[in-house]
Amino acid sequence: MTGIAAPPRPLPGPSRAYNFPDFERLTLPNGLSIVVAPVPKLPIVTTLALVDAGAAADPRGQEGVALLTARSLAEGTVHNDGAALAERFEGLGTALDASADWDSATVRVTVMTSRLPAAMALLAEVLHEPAFPDREVERIRQERLADLLQQRAEPRGLADDMFDRFTYAPDSRYALPDGGSEATVDALSREAVRAFYQSRYTPSATTLIMVGDITRESARAVASEAFASWSGPAVPPVLVSDQPARSSRAVHLVAKADAPQSELRVGHVGVPRLHPDYFAIVVMNAILGGLFSSRINLNLREANAFTYGAFSSFDWRRGAGPFAVSTAVRSDVTDAALREILVEIERMREAEVSDAEMSLATSYLDGVFPIRFESTSAIASALASLVSYGLPDDYFDRYRANIRSVSAADVLRAARAHVRPEQLQIVAVGDAAAVREPVAQLGLGPVQVYDAEGNPLP
Amino acid sequence: MRLPIDTFRLPNGLFVTLSEDHTAPIVAVNVWYHVGSANEREGRTGFAHLFEHMLFQGSENVAANEHFELVQRAGGTLNGSTWLDRTNYFETVPSNQLALALWLEADRMGRLLPAMTQQKLDTQRDVVKNERRWSVDNQPYGTWWEKLPALAFPAHHPFHHSLIGSMEDLTAASLDDVAQFFATYYTPDNAVLSIAGDFDPVEARRLVQEYYGPIARGTSRPPLRPMEVPPTFGDWRREVVPDAVMLPRLYLAFRSPVFGSDAYYAASVAGAILGLRRGSRLHRALVRERQIAAEATAFTFDLPKGSDLLVIDVTARPGVDPDTLEREVVQEVDMLRMRGVTQAEVDRAVALIETDFVASMQAAGERADKLSMFATYFGNPELVNEQVDRYQRVQAADVNAFVQERLGPDNRASLVYVPREDEAEAVSAADLAAMTT
Repeated sequence: MTGIAAPPRPLPGPSRAYNFPDFERLTLPNGLSIVVAPVPKLPIVTTLALVDAGAAADPRGQEGVALLTARSLAEGTVHNDGAALAERFEGLGTALDASADWDSATVRVTVMTSRLPAAMALLAEVLHEPAFPDREVERIRQERLADLLQQRAEPRGLADDMFDRFTYAPDSRYALPDGGSEATVDALSREAVRAFYQSRYTPSATTLIMVGDITRESARAVASEAFASWSGPAVPPVLVSDQPARSSRAVHLVAKADAPQSELRVGHVGVPRLHPDYFAIVVMNAILGGLFSSRINLNLREANAFTYGAFSSFDWRRGAGPFAVSTAVRSDVTDAALREILVEIERMREAEVSDAEMSLATSYLDGVFPIRFESTSAIASALASLVSYGLPDDYFDRYRANIRSVSAADVLRAARAHVRPEQLQIVAVGDAAAVREPVAQLGLGPVQVYDAEGNPLP
Repeated sequence: MRLPIDTFRLPNGLFVTLSEDHTAPIVAVNVWYHVGSANEREGRTGFAHLFEHMLFQGSENVAANEHFELVQRAGGTLNGSTWLDRTNYFETVPSNQLALALWLEADRMGRLLPAMTQQKLDTQRDVVKNERRWSVDNQPYGTWWEKLPALAFPAHHPFHHSLIGSMEDLTAASLDDVAQFFATYYTPDNAVLSIAGDFDPVEARRLVQEYYGPIARGTSRPPLRPMEVPPTFGDWRREVVPDAVMLPRLYLAFRSPVFGSDAYYAASVAGAILGLRRGSRLHRALVRERQIAAEATAFTFDLPKGSDLLVIDVTARPGVDPDTLEREVVQEVDMLRMRGVTQAEVDRAVALIETDFVASMQAAGERADKLSMFATYFGNPELVNEQVDRYQRVQAADVNAFVQERLGPDNRASLVYVPREDEAEAVSAADLAAMTT
């Protein structure tokens, strides 16, 4: 339109080498592990304490205690109450972020270098001497119950939770949310929190990951000073069941009256993180639904305009986390969208992907690698996954070569082995009255309708 | 921490900012167009954002969706976003792919229209309608994004209407609208291009000249409708919204000094004292001590013209009614006005803001975006290096002057979400269940 000839599309220049930050491991006499990665770019340090105390370690009947324990750590110690702790951390320009995922509890602070020793002393106090005051633990428990109540009206979270419930066997910890359900959180007590803390939070179950404007020597000095007096026994490993709820395909409609969209989750039990097919699965998933230009997104969004976005993922855990396709589609195309998702899943197993798809996925995963580690916090998270899964120290150095070595034949093999159309659990949160009939017509399997709490409806 | 910054302007008006950092082989390219929902004409709400979607549908030398594919194939990340007064587009790529990112942004800045078709518009219109359903209509409290600005700015003010747009107006958008909007606002003299990270400045300048130099400057842009509003509402306005939510929520908004002004920094610190993290007043009083709120935060919109908004966002604990929630929040605000803040509270807030700012500057994309922002709003990207100092200069007296002037009953807007009847019944049943334990 402007009438100027465009300059030709440029080619890339020679690429500059990138190495994942060097890191070193140390162990204090009390068994506390330390991983130090000096990244002297800006005057900040992220410290992430990784404790082998994730939700998978919740005792039966106390599901949610791992998260409640992590969130209660900074709500009072033998020296300071919760308000004083918040004031002290925040006076240092940082906030303690404590949480628990399936495999670990994490306590994270990012602080200006000059304030690191003071922040580390507080972090040690929180990990080593928490008091779990009755009133504060009860408040955090009530806040979790409020979250769960909110969830009933929040279709995305509701769809995730319902998918887990319909996908995993009732006795698998993975069938319930990592923070516990209303029933299990209702039953939690301060005593359960205290007992969980005492059984799982010990120096030998903890790795202190320090990344940023710091050296090996200063990390050792500041960690020794802060954590030397902490002691405790070794912690037994956690075994989690990841058995599926059923072996055949089924449709679960969760009723949300008048919903303008259906939140869809389509998947089944996936694979554990340390599976030998990991890299083939990562590339396969990128092509199926991991990228904007993936088959599922181009089909559902760009070709059919059913949705704002559609993706697939494997949720990596020590046990087998779920594989799921996730999207939200206009209610009146729920059946058409499900049909297209099934088509794409089947197509992934039928023939090798094209060279163009293959090169897009591998060159993206290879090229984007340095961009994933721009911040001290992102590097700390990466090192945490290395420690949590027990990956080798050269894992990140070999990552890009491992991605590049995946072939189209590997991708096909991974799809055939790890994506199983006949076992898909199909969850739709939406206007069940309107979508039930059209979805039933697809003949995907038995259809059952539930209320927002998961109770079957007639 | 100080970012090195270099700037130049092409003859066609394109303003360019450069900031080198060679610690990793990563470079970010970021374009801000000084156009947002504020520039939409009557009957075309949501158009600026729909137009943003069209920019990913190809240009003369780029096929539909190829922009995404080329950047991801290069190992890059990318997106765009639309706000009340600007639209941005950004890529972070391995540094040897800088030319590709610059070329792609130039092709759509200079040669978008040959690629536009009715079918692409129809598809993106439906995608955006689904985005609206997903983020607004089918999301608890999701309508606050449009209800709060509507309450806080008068009818016909550029910030009054919905950014995501009404279904009706989205339906009405045409290819002619696309052509006109492009010709009017997507011109080099209405844009800032920032490059941050690992690049050679001589080479970068050469590429910018080559790719962007031939693009013609714009002709004229219609002026925005008047932006000026009085510094206070002059009343206490309120709207109650029955919604498919389980718990009441209050958004309490105040008109506040525009982003970038001296008084803005005092307002921003006041917001942090009220609602940034667990040591803030609202969290301490309402979440920790009195336990009537499940969450409590405060933030500013950061609008540089007309008026900014300071917003308190508090969700009730189960069993707490909306009137109690609002009364308790207002009591905290009144207390703040009566007794003022301490220097220790100011120090806490500034220390948190400083760490967050420095941590965010680690990412090349964040640095490029901030450079574009300060260049677009104030013509001066160097302001990015003054932010920490400006916060550190804020004294308790500045914050107290702000809360006196702006947090009174003559400058409040309450947007109250209450559970619709069916949800309310579910809550009381859940309360009863909780009480039996």
